[in-house]
Amino acid sequence: MFERLSERFDAVFRKLRGQARLTEANIDESLREIRRSLLEADVNFKVARAFIQRVKEQAVGRTVMQSLTPGQQIIKIVHDELVVLLGGDHSPLTLASVPPTVVMLVGLQGCGKTTIAAKLARHFKMQNRPPLLVAGDLYRPAAVDQLRTLGDEIQVPVFSLPAGSDPVEVCQQGVEEGRRTNRSVVILDTAGRLSIDTAMMEELERIRQTTHPHEILFVADSMLGQDAVETARRFHDDLAFTGVILTKMDGDARGGAALSIRHITGKPIKFVGTGEKVQDLEAFHPDRMASRILGMGDILSLVEKAEQAIEHQKAQEMEERLRKEAFTFEDFKEQLQALKTMGPLDQLMSMVPGAGKALKGVQLEEGAFRHVEAIINSMTQQERLQPHILNGSRRRRIARGSGTSIQEVNRLVKQFHMMQRMVKQMSRGRPGKGKMRLPMPGM
Amino acid sequence: MLGRFLDRIKDGLARTRSVVAGQIAAVVPSSGQLDEEILEEIEEILIQADVGLETSVDMLDTLRERIRDGERLTGPDAVMQVLKEQVAAAVALDDNGLPIEDELPARPYVILVVGVNGVGKTTTIGKLAKRYADAGRQVLLAACDTFRAAAIPQLEIWSQRAGVDIIKPQAGADPASVAYDALAAARARHVDVLLVDTAGRLHNKANLMEELGKIRRSLAKQQPDAPHEVLLVLDATTGQNTLSQARHFNQVAPLTGLVLTKLDGTAKGGIAIALRQELGIPVKLIGVGEGVDDLQPFDAQVFAEAMFSR
Repeated sequence: MFERLSERFDAVFRKLRGQARLTEANIDESLREIRRSLLEADVNFKVARAFIQRVKEQAVGRTVMQSLTPGQQIIKIVHDELVVLLGGDHSPLTLASVPPTVVMLVGLQGCGKTTIAAKLARHFKMQNRPPLLVAGDLYRPAAVDQLRTLGDEIQVPVFSLPAGSDPVEVCQQGVEEGRRTNRSVVILDTAGRLSIDTAMMEELERIRQTTHPHEILFVADSMLGQDAVETARRFHDDLAFTGVILTKMDGDARGGAALSIRHITGKPIKFVGTGEKVQDLEAFHPDRMASRILGMGDILSLVEKAEQAIEHQKAQEMEERLRKEAFTFEDFKEQLQALKTMGPLDQLMSMVPGAGKALKGVQLEEGAFRHVEAIINSMTQQERLQPHILNGSRRRRIARGSGTSIQEVNRLVKQFHMMQRMVKQMSRGRPGKGKMRLPMPGM
Repeated sequence: MLGRFLDRIKDGLARTRSVVAGQIAAVVPSSGQLDEEILEEIEEILIQADVGLETSVDMLDTLRERIRDGERLTGPDAVMQVLKEQVAAAVALDDNGLPIEDELPARPYVILVVGVNGVGKTTTIGKLAKRYADAGRQVLLAACDTFRAAAIPQLEIWSQRAGVDIIKPQAGADPASVAYDALAAARARHVDVLLVDTAGRLHNKANLMEELGKIRRSLAKQQPDAPHEVLLVLDATTGQNTLSQARHFNQVAPLTGLVLTKLDGTAKGGIAIALRQELGIPVKLIGVGEGVDDLQPFDAQVFAEAMFSR
């Protein structure tokens, strides 16, 4: 996603590290580099220019803080400004005081509206707010079928009218249907359209006037190029949308368009789509995203995901044990199981700081887990809780029992000890090695 | 016919044109030499058209060189002439267009269509099917997107519109075996063209890319020279990520051509230059509208002309 942007920043900051002072010249050089990376990341050039100007003003006026190196100081300024640009705090969806809340989705063709409609429906359903999906795309072949299939999958009703119906009519009746059947939320899927297609834009305006949506969300592909800004502005001028959803964030696009859209329309990015499955929807957190851009990873997202998977109680117990530095194979297995319910591994790893770079090109096999689990399952309870008793003969038995080799068992034990050490370090609140210590918002 | 075609592309590219040509006219004074400030502004204008940083820098360097060599570049038209020449030269490789009316080099002529999610693969196939059918070819469609909800019905509707046959599997079937069976059917029925639709996949997902490699291999297993064309469909509103997509897909299924869709939207098209320069893969088709006739062969000369004309 934003990974390559972070790589670029890494290169810039590496140049700055080890320098005693910020000079006019090396600020300029790094700012030029930052501007280049922003442009290569598809940040609109006007937005990039404004951003650089802000950072420059901040950097030149300020003296380097005692506790920071000049490089760290610049990173901090860039980070803070990125957070501002990305839009301050996380902003949730507005809910109607009298249900149903009407949410209208708009955007270009192929940006992922229908998929997002289903993901949002699932999101509301999980919060015990029964949703209704309304199939307002009557132009694209089989768009209604697609929404129906997705609706069946998440067990959410879908309202539609026969082909050839007026989309405005469909949406209006859909909202009435939602009210009649006591739905908390009505989600209107609309056809993809170009912002310069006036007839189609008027149709959206009529849908807006007849259904009075509480949220109009502009669904945007995170891979959009320079003109994202123009498209977003037109949609915003015509419809005054209330928020943005970024899709296909699991790709490797640098996502500069996101920064631009936010900057130009002033509307918050509320959610991000991170995969093809209906559960791949996450809240957007600007501070985390800024950290991610700077190569600091996204520890908070990871923590949140883990919390969803492991029940709260268990997480606390785990934390307790981590603090006591008694990390056993039992915990290891529990974590593995939790990990499996969290989603694809590569996606998770991309949220671990530094892992993006360290694991680049390394393919993470879901299948490898099965062997690990088999090995742990072949251990006795005592072996799991007191790993130090694992001698040669025990290891041979475990290898036979799990259908693996003794080398694999050895490797796992070694990895386990490494992890134990890492856990110890983490629970003492000590960062790995590097000198970089940055303020992590909320941590 | 050709006039109408030119107009259509020019209309489609109108936004790019007004941005690039209009802005260059606004920053380049009608008299006097170009200074560094103006050159940087021209660079930004090119970047704004998604030409990309590197390509823009290259183009500007050429401009600087010619000024240093004593050439007098005065006024926006002279500047745009130089840029136009560069664009035309950059995109003008040996252009083997897609054979539609021409003699087909093989039968069945197998066209595999690939791309990330939401770029317009199925729509492109629908339009291509119609064009081949109109040219009197017997066409078969293979619905290998067995993953996305309702992808198969979507292609089926296109097959009805084009009046061609379709091989449709159960949802969730293995796409490689569907492709294999479809090619077997195409050979048995002696069809002229087999169009293979695939599921959208992000190019950084190794397992999905591996699946695509398998589809390609299964076609080759059925008929050694197949697929004859591997077309990567690209969304023209996508920015620099387009290059990454092309690079990754090219590794798994060597591409014979690119299809640039949604060129009728807003300012863009600049990426075509970087695509040709960096990867040497020609853009073969462009989509400039939603109508069946709006899928057109790409013409480098017309493209360069349209990008800078006022």
